[in-house]
Amino acid sequence: MSDDDIIIKMIVLHSTFTLPSDIVIKVYESKADIMVKETCFGLIIEGKRSEVDRVVTEIRKLDPNRIFIKERGVPPGDEYRCRAGRGGGPKPGFHQHELEFALLPYFTEALDEIERGEMPEQKDTTPPRLTINKLKEIIEEEVKQSERGY
Amino acid sequence: MVKVFIYPSNSLILSDLVDRFGHEPLAVMQEIGKKIRTASLDSPPVNITPEDPKIGLKYAAVEVPSGVRGRMSLLGHLLEEAQAAILVREPDISFGCMGCARTNELINFLVRSKKIPRLEMNYPVTEDEAKSFVHKIREFLEGLTTAESGNGGE
Repeated sequence: MSDDDIIIKMIVLHSTFTLPSDIVIKVYESKADIMVKETCFGLIIEGKRSEVDRVVTEIRKLDPNRIFIKERGVPPGDEYRCRAGRGGGPKPGFHQHELEFALLPYFTEALDEIERGEMPEQKDTTPPRLTINKLKEIIEEEVKQSERGY
Repeated sequence: MVKVFIYPSNSLILSDLVDRFGHEPLAVMQEIGKKIRTASLDSPPVNITPEDPKIGLKYAAVEVPSGVRGRMSLLGHLLEEAQAAILVREPDISFGCMGCARTNELINFLVRSKKIPRLEMNYPVTEDEAKSFVHKIREFLEGLTTAESGNGGE
């Protein structure tokens, strides 16, 4: 992994305070030698690893808990992925984003809590297991109810 | 910095959280990127070339469908590099774009059989679960440095 490798990063934004255009301006200000594509969800940037990582660090400072970043395999506007050349429909990877995008506000709240130093009590969210005794109780209860004629 | 394997391997939130808390996410996107940027006759749209199922033989037998072996040629390399792992149990999304269920089972098996610190969780659905998800990941990632130095682990 060299600093001269070309990499692509996807910047997903969910914020009412920051817009993709604000981030684009930040990228231009950085004078980095990278390619930028503004999209509905944020940005896609492509360039040398060292440059991209530097810009990403600056971008994150804009709105740290509402900007989410991941590496992307295909370059911006790639003809095999871009919907313009595929005749519409969701592009590969859309469904994963759709699933996670709905949860981003909750992740932001959790990151805000971490920033404030709040550590909420961890709740056990796994559903309780049905034990044999509990199942017997349920069966007996049901049998009694049916005998009573309910 | 610890190399953390994430599953689902194209997850935005897992990749972001690992990076945010100072570690290196190992995701399939970087392997796809390498393939796409290496100019050859097999440039996209053919991401998986006839050579890949042969590389995948290292992880799965020849009777196993070539789709599994092809995918393993991308993910196997990441698994070898992994020093820790974050797994989401049976994510709904693995039904679709993530591809083959058997590959996903094999990856989970290989991660579990590798003696590295790992965190397993369910995908969050509610607000409380999502918050707990982030807090657990943060705790896990912050504990990794000590775990890697031999003071802790799973």
